[in-house]
Amino acid sequence: MTNEVLRFAKPKARLFMLNTDQRAFLLFFVILLVFLGLWELGANLKLFLPIMPSASQTMIDFWFWISNPFFDNGPNDQGIGLLLLTSLRRVLGGFAIGSAIAIPLGVLIGLSPVVSRAVDPFIQILRPVSPLAWLPLGLALMRDSEKTALFVIAITSIWPTLNNTKFGVSNVDPAYLNVARTLGASRWRTITKVILPAAAPSIVSGLRISLGIAWLVIVAAEILLSGGIGYFVWNEWNNLKITSIITAILIVGLVGLLMDRLFGLLQHWVSFGQRS
Amino acid sequence: MHSSNMMLSSTKVVAAHLSLHNISKVFPGRTSPVDKLLRRTSKPFVAIADIDLEVLPNTFVSIIGPSGCGKSTLLNIIAGLSQPTTGAITINGQLVSAPGPDRGVIFQNYALMPWMTVAENIQFAVETVYPSMAIAQRQSIVQDYIGLVGLRGAETKHPHELSGGMKQRVGIARALAINPQILLMDEPFGALDALTRGFLQDEIERIWEQERKSVILITHSIEEALLLSDRIVMMTRGPAAHIAQVLDVPFPRPRRREELDQYPGYHTLKAAMEQHLSYETRVVEESRILK
Repeated sequence: MTNEVLRFAKPKARLFMLNTDQRAFLLFFVILLVFLGLWELGANLKLFLPIMPSASQTMIDFWFWISNPFFDNGPNDQGIGLLLLTSLRRVLGGFAIGSAIAIPLGVLIGLSPVVSRAVDPFIQILRPVSPLAWLPLGLALMRDSEKTALFVIAITSIWPTLNNTKFGVSNVDPAYLNVARTLGASRWRTITKVILPAAAPSIVSGLRISLGIAWLVIVAAEILLSGGIGYFVWNEWNNLKITSIITAILIVGLVGLLMDRLFGLLQHWVSFGQRS
Repeated sequence: MHSSNMMLSSTKVVAAHLSLHNISKVFPGRTSPVDKLLRRTSKPFVAIADIDLEVLPNTFVSIIGPSGCGKSTLLNIIAGLSQPTTGAITINGQLVSAPGPDRGVIFQNYALMPWMTVAENIQFAVETVYPSMAIAQRQSIVQDYIGLVGLRGAETKHPHELSGGMKQRVGIARALAINPQILLMDEPFGALDALTRGFLQDEIERIWEQERKSVILITHSIEEALLLSDRIVMMTRGPAAHIAQVLDVPFPRPRRREELDQYPGYHTLKAAMEQHLSYETRVVEESRILK
């Protein structure tokens, strides 16, 4: 009797027993195919402007760029890998400089309400400025495109890290500070062993945002300077090579995604079950 | 098993006599001209007033009172986390005004560092208080206290992997591992369920039999106070909370929860506490309604 009842209670057998992930992937794949198909069809039927390449042509060129990433035929004809390395070197260098300024400064203003209030007007005025506005100033001061790129990226990387570090340091759970006080911990020990680890999730999330913005800014900065992936995009526009531009867009996106994921892992690692 | 902490105890522990002289705490109100201009003045709030208390060496003292009576304020003052407005605290005649490792604190919300493991949390305390101790000795102290509170096997776990009761056992081990003269406990079991609370009370009784120290326990559980204390300090309601009465609990030790109500005088003590607390609580509740 029970079995009779249960037989009807069984879930309907689906033709494709797919879980959420598999269905999402399937849908992703369908969207991609439809997009590429429409693109190819439109290009073949000459629905777009003549400058627009077909999807297949773009894929062939994409493969050309990523299959041989490290050739070097002079500054205006380099493989995409070398161009990326140039941009990455600038971003990571500038990001390191910016972070080296932002984290200690953030800790300082997070610890001292007086310093915080005194420095706040400077931060509030400079933070909303587009990093590219600093570029001419950088060129004037450095007279060198490499150093100017580092300068612009460093300034870009300061603000989110500074803000998050200050927030993390000034919002450490007072319970942890009380533990340190009741043990008679020195100020220095409290900062290094309690405040910094407690603020680490905030600091890392600031670094993550900073690096993301730095990667956005480097392409724009390099269009105005020279070398790197941004300059490549502009150069290929001048050559009217749309396929190269699309290739560069995809690769810039992939590298940005990869760096963001790495910082995501780091963020998870410093959180230890804390809500960050 | 507890060779090194026993050694530590026998070499370091001096019977600590804690005295509170005329302690008051007033939280200042907003009375400045700016506040007057903005119409946000408030009156100063007298949290506790004229507390005199002697905590004799190696006695277990509970402070019990209606909620909001300033028990935690008083404990924070003893811990040195907050300064009294008037009065002074002495330990063995020495004036104390800042926090220090002569007083170990067990917090209601455990206050474990979430990025440190069980062993690291305890080690952080030992390292802070005894920076020049040999590493091997430090580690054996950490291991001893992990064993004492029954957490062997959980040394490398992080706090988010522990239950509330286990977290508080880490808190207890951390407070004891620095070998304080006085142990301060601020409603240590307040956030635990009733069964775990009972279990940890028994643990505290067991541990205290092994390591006698002066203890001040803030609680609002009558049974908890009767099980653990030598003396019970009953406070009045705030504002200006003060000590209403001090009861001696003459039951022999070690005490057992199951036999507690068979000790002579248990019911009299319990009735006296019930009467005091229910009266104070009723007045507090009524005054809140009138506000």
